[in-house]
Amino acid sequence: MNRNKISQLSDQADSLRRHIITMNCYAGSGHPGGALSAVEIIVYLFSEVLRINSGNPHDPNRDRFILSKGHACLVLYAALADKGFFSPEEFKKLRHVGGMLQGHPDRLKTPGVEFNSGSLGQGFSFALGCALGAKLTKCENDVYVLLGDGEMNEGQIWEGLMFGAFHHLDNLVAIVDYNKLQSDDYSRNVTGLEPLYDKLVAFGWHVQEIDGHDFLQIGNAFDLAKKKKKQPSIILAHTVKGKGISFMENVPKWHGSLCPTGKEQEKAFIECGLENR
Amino acid sequence: MKNMRDAFGECLVELATLREDFVVLDADVAGGTGTHVFREAYPDRFIQCGIAEQNMMSVAAGISTTGLIPVVTCYAVFAAMRALDQARNSIAYPHFNVKVVVSHLGLDVGPDGPTHQCIEDLAIMRSIPNFTVISPADPVELHAAFQAILDHEGPVYFRTGRSPLPQIFESGDIRFEIGKGQVLRNGTDVTIIAVGVMVHRALNAAELLAEEGISCRVVNMSTIKPIDAGLIEESARETGCIVTAEDHNIIGGLGGAVAEVLAETYPVRLIRLGVRDVFAESGDPEELAAAYGLMPTDIYNGVRNLLSREQSR
Repeated sequence: MNRNKISQLSDQADSLRRHIITMNCYAGSGHPGGALSAVEIIVYLFSEVLRINSGNPHDPNRDRFILSKGHACLVLYAALADKGFFSPEEFKKLRHVGGMLQGHPDRLKTPGVEFNSGSLGQGFSFALGCALGAKLTKCENDVYVLLGDGEMNEGQIWEGLMFGAFHHLDNLVAIVDYNKLQSDDYSRNVTGLEPLYDKLVAFGWHVQEIDGHDFLQIGNAFDLAKKKKKQPSIILAHTVKGKGISFMENVPKWHGSLCPTGKEQEKAFIECGLENR
Repeated sequence: MKNMRDAFGECLVELATLREDFVVLDADVAGGTGTHVFREAYPDRFIQCGIAEQNMMSVAAGISTTGLIPVVTCYAVFAAMRALDQARNSIAYPHFNVKVVVSHLGLDVGPDGPTHQCIEDLAIMRSIPNFTVISPADPVELHAAFQAILDHEGPVYFRTGRSPLPQIFESGDIRFEIGKGQVLRNGTDVTIIAVGVMVHRALNAAELLAEEGISCRVVNMSTIKPIDAGLIEESARETGCIVTAEDHNIIGGLGGAVAEVLAETYPVRLIRLGVRDVFAESGDPEELAAAYGLMPTDIYNGVRNLLSREQSR
């Protein structure tokens, strides 16, 4: 990956962060922390990996991206708008009656959204079903699914991990947005998630660990994951919750649901490069 | 007499020769749900999910996006309760074309006891938007109804059963239409509306009552949602009172659905027969039916009580 490419991806990341803060403030609520931590992963997927086309969002051969941590939908909406699936004008109606952008993703309302995630764990299993269905129908597409580390508290995730390895779903790549915080607190204070890497290896997955804000590492991890045969892949992407907005970084309350107001809003706008509205 | 789960297994195998558009998902209970014969005949179309119903439901939603129709199979308690959130959020809300097919209904489960005796699923599943809820009364209707739900686009909750059931319908002489109840026997004094295992018992009760000069209409209400409101209202107008019969809690199931329709259209006296809001116990299905008020004689008594109350009004 050359310097120009990285610079181009960084510009896209800046754009997504501006969209996230804009949407969050229009809505007056939402989950900014876990959207900001996933920005670089999402930018790389939508720019370099996913074979999707806003002109034909239901193409049966499209790659699938499922945001299993559905509360982070600000980042998904930002990426879909930048890809042309809908106009950024829709941001103004997020979380309001009559808008196409719901508080959690809704595939029937929003073009480009694959699944109604929000109840944690279900997007992961849904993605496994998409991958198995692709194999059964001899479709060559790939399936990508983004999980939260907090989401991995759900038992359904571990059911799915067994299922994915058992059915050799090598057309699926899972990414964990490993930001170490969840709804109420630091993950380490909530339940016994660790040692996560060892657990995933024990469950039969091909596991990689990367810096989830480093495009070079993200790119290399996807390249390697796609080469793996007979085994599903999972990428533990170490990230910073609230990344890019100083007062949100690593602060549990910015999980949501809330938005910055007053002085904090001004600061957030300045930090992500937005003019004060 | 053929049991409903075996009938379901045979139905799957027979339909699989005719259409390639469905696959079957199982949670390690193929012997219990009757899908083991399908597994043997069509191993490539049988997806083992392990004892992990929550994952299975959401996996089915994903498979449905590839054009296949997933037929998710397990026991009713685990589909309607353990994996309810998944049925709601992964299947119903996104409106995926998934068929959830369950065995082990009500006290008919028998000796496995209350953990496995599902007496709540009709109430639960009919309250979820987008779900169609169907519970056929015999193996012949099961076959016709299952074909109909495969041709119906959208989420369906479909009940088979466990015990052998006497045949009510003639093979080749049944046209199943989703949302339509059927009058199996005409009558003028009272209408018994029944579902599933209670339908043949209702017919038996009607025979007993006929011997005493009481003329019963018997309706098989195999679609619980959308309920056939027209037939309920018409029966209320024409027979003046109604008895519902279900192997299910009397709260929220068939009796609840009928009560809602009557209250809003043509209020008449109603008696709901079924499990009276208790967890039962282990036992032979027939013993349990006798102990918990689900036998033809219980329907007979219910009708007699209702009619004597009507006369004294």
